[in-house]
Amino acid sequence: MRYLPLTDADRREMLARIGVATVDELFTDIPERMRMAAPADLPRAKGEMEVERHLGAMAARNVSASSVPFFIGAGAYKHHVPATVDHLIQRSEFLTSYTPYQPEIAQGTLQYLFEFQTQVAMLTGMEVANASMYDGSTAAAEAVLMAHRVTRRRKAVLSGGIHPHYAEVMTTLSDLAGDEVVRLPPDVTATEDLLAAIDDSVSCVVVQTPDVFGNLRDLRAVADKAHAHGALLVAVFTEAVSLGLVEAPGAMGADIVAGEGQSIGNALSFGGPYVGLFATRQKFVRQMPGRLAGETVDADGRRGFVLTLSTREQHIRRDKATSNICTNSGLCCLAFTIHMSLLGESGLTRLARVNHANAVKLAEALAAVPGVKVLNETFFNEFTLRLPKPAAAVVEAMADHHVLAGVPVPRLLPGAGLDDLLLVASTEVNTDADRAAFVAALTEVL
Amino acid sequence: MLNRQGRPTTPGAAVESAHPTFTGNRALQQEEPLIFEFGRTDVIGVDLDEPAPVADRLGGLKRKDTIGLPGLSEPEAMRHYVRLSQKNYGIDTGLFPLGSCTMKHNPRLNERMARLPGFADIHPLQPASTVQGALALMDELAHWLKELTGMPAVTLSPKAGAHGELAGMAAIKAAIAARGETATRNVVLVPDSAHGTNPATAALIGFTVKAVPAREDGTVDPAEVAKLAGPDTAAIMLTNPNTCGLFERDVVEIARVIHEAGGYFYCDGANFNAIVGKARPGDLGVDAMHINLHKTFSTPHGGGGPGAGPVVLSDRLAAFAPLPYVRLDDGRFSLVEHAAVSDQSPLGRLTAFHGQMGMFVRALAFMLSHGADGLKQASEDAVLNANYVRACLADLMSLPFGNRACMHEVLFDDAWLKGTGVTTLDFAKAMIDEGYHPMTVYFPLVVHGAMLIEPTESESKASLDLFIATLRDLAFAVRDGDTARFTGAPYHAPRRRLDETRAARQPVLRWTAPAPVAEAAE
Ligand SMILES: Cc1ncc(COP(=O)(O)O)c(C=O)c1O
Repeated sequence: MRYLPLTDADRREMLARIGVATVDELFTDIPERMRMAAPADLPRAKGEMEVERHLGAMAARNVSASSVPFFIGAGAYKHHVPATVDHLIQRSEFLTSYTPYQPEIAQGTLQYLFEFQTQVAMLTGMEVANASMYDGSTAAAEAVLMAHRVTRRRKAVLSGGIHPHYAEVMTTLSDLAGDEVVRLPPDVTATEDLLAAIDDSVSCVVVQTPDVFGNLRDLRAVADKAHAHGALLVAVFTEAVSLGLVEAPGAMGADIVAGEGQSIGNALSFGGPYVGLFATRQKFVRQMPGRLAGETVDADGRRGFVLTLSTREQHIRRDKATSNICTNSGLCCLAFTIHMSLLGESGLTRLARVNHANAVKLAEALAAVPGVKVLNETFFNEFTLRLPKPAAAVVEAMADHHVLAGVPVPRLLPGAGLDDLLLVASTEVNTDADRAAFVAALTEVL
Repeated sequence: MLNRQGRPTTPGAAVESAHPTFTGNRALQQEEPLIFEFGRTDVIGVDLDEPAPVADRLGGLKRKDTIGLPGLSEPEAMRHYVRLSQKNYGIDTGLFPLGSCTMKHNPRLNERMARLPGFADIHPLQPASTVQGALALMDELAHWLKELTGMPAVTLSPKAGAHGELAGMAAIKAAIAARGETATRNVVLVPDSAHGTNPATAALIGFTVKAVPAREDGTVDPAEVAKLAGPDTAAIMLTNPNTCGLFERDVVEIARVIHEAGGYFYCDGANFNAIVGKARPGDLGVDAMHINLHKTFSTPHGGGGPGAGPVVLSDRLAAFAPLPYVRLDDGRFSLVEHAAVSDQSPLGRLTAFHGQMGMFVRALAFMLSHGADGLKQASEDAVLNANYVRACLADLMSLPFGNRACMHEVLFDDAWLKGTGVTTLDFAKAMIDEGYHPMTVYFPLVVHGAMLIEPTESESKASLDLFIATLRDLAFAVRDGDTARFTGAPYHAPRRRLDETRAARQPVLRWTAPAPVAEAAE
């Protein structure tokens, strides 16, 4: 077996040194009748070529985003990732290292985490950011728990514009923890009255912008009312590129920002691994979940970085920890931070303008298709269409025409009476030809 | 500053380094500034045309401030991150005996497979008809996990071990709710040797944690469990093999005691690597167990993540798995993403999508490469390697539970360092100078000054022999009173010991622009 260096001669020699006759003598703590008599009913070892054939055949049964005009978003976005990013994250010293518990030989990881934290703080308009959560949805759920710790209240109000999967993750975790959640009904056109839901019992109001239907939301009035009642504003986003063009949540009064960073540097990968971004204000830092890299000096007085404020974390605080998270999204942070460094401010804002322009062009083209209506007043790179037919069937039919058109709202919200709505996203990868293919296929199937 | 176990958190006095250089660089070791110190906001390393102007649809919410993000050209970015990488130790650098973390070889075939466009470039919300291969892969991975553990069900969505603990304990909580016992059954028993994520997870979802002390030999005594178990017992969270590197030999009896009390058996499967192909958790009475694909099945740790933590479930808990899951009807796969009214499970999603697909591909590639035979051999080699290290060091370093067979990792304590002026941490730092990543230190908490060594199956005998010879040399140096070799270490790493106290007292968690320097007065 190509991964196992020991030879049978080595094994015999080592067993002799240990003082046992067979390797099974090392397993005698396992009760005899519990030891597996026969090997598992699974295939035998395979060489590289056979594994490639087996998995390659599976991969070939999927339609990849780059192979068709592609307009699916709703929490994960098809962006171009520079070749440099993928090369660098495969450097052995990054890929095969562990959590930087020995900082003297992990300065590479610690410095990029420090850079990542700074970039996320800048992007969100917040003071501090952590070294990542699993994804945007778990970041949002942790933000709610953190708000409860800060306010010593246990009721979260969720806007109806939040991605339904995110709302479900927040609800699941809150239910388990015994906390209250008030989830407003789906709010397709951003007209809900969030202010009416805020009172002195509320710990936090959670609002997503751009919301799941694509609308941009001005958070200022919600922030003001929340703060007047001693509650926090948790701002959520699923499309990080939007922050290159749209007002940062920090500038609109957010106290905690939780978002998905997949769009920068990370592949779609069927939903994971992604990278949860988590930022807040300096004064709440000791209530934050997750790892933090911080600056310090070494014994020779040189600048260096370490994991810090770990008395918040499970390995020190155990059942009193701010979160149970341990392994996070390290390498996805690296992909994010490299891509963001390549973009810089000028590149990110331009990328955002390209996304917006492509979405505007697509919205205009689709609005001209008979029977189709664009519901959004505002959007960044994603918007909601009302179709004259059930959206799920339209998407299936368009897939037969080799166009992946978007996410039917009933896939996210079954039984909500929104069967004719379709979420459509457009990024820098879409060309004029893609848009034309979309319009043609839609016209055809309607 | 010392922590509870005498681990210093502030370095000692500075040592002048010999032969200073102008740049601070040392040949291949390059000092590297932060991107904020040399990047420029008007530099772009990604070519993109400015779009033709459109009437914007931003409704007045256009960003007004400047962000301040520095940009790098492609060569600058390449050099910056390559230099940073050179300050890191990875498995590919050398032996990485970090106990409990299973730092085994990461085959590059798995990276290649995960990057196939059919896996890496598909969206989680594509129509099921366009992702049949991806769903088939999840189904095949599920089959392997169920076969290897002897458990009837698995949920793939958890994002890491701790997230798997959450899924498993949530299923237990839901099962208790279905029995109408939520109010009364709320205590979770957690042995003192458990990883911090176990009590943190139980507490997170409202359970009360009760500690189970370890007995003399480092394992859990079923009699102790019987004393603590009762009508308020929701579950026990038992790590097996445990964090002392020992198989809980009374696991079957512990399971029986817990089940008799009406509770569930959660197994922390972080150490499954020792027993794959040798024993099946399903035969041991386990109701739920997470599997860290980033440990046992070799998906790269990536400097702290990402991981993946699928959870296998017993029949009693299978109905309480979180959404979503893959279903097969008449040869077509689909994803069940919403609970039907008829479903028992009140548990919804724990993450936005279906789990760590990128890790699923790598883990399955690892399983296919090994086959059932290779996985069993890997477990045996991992255990053999750990015992070889134990046998070759037992005369010099202290084994808290006696010189008996261990599983895939061997635990030493610091009794042998007593009175030498050298701590576990000092010893670990001296290993860095010798070119090794230290073992896990100060965990588990049940022994003083713990040193947990897990060589994994990826080490050759020659590699282990050099490692053992090195530790023996260090141990003799301790005996000979050469304390400076330890207390000042590391001397040869990119950084000397770092001041953790200062980092925590005056936290600097991000870069900020330096205040403008006032013009010097003439
Ligand atoms: C024994 C044990 N349990 C649980 C965990 C948590 O797993 P993860 O880091 O994947 O969340 C770990 C590893 O860190 C561990 O060693």
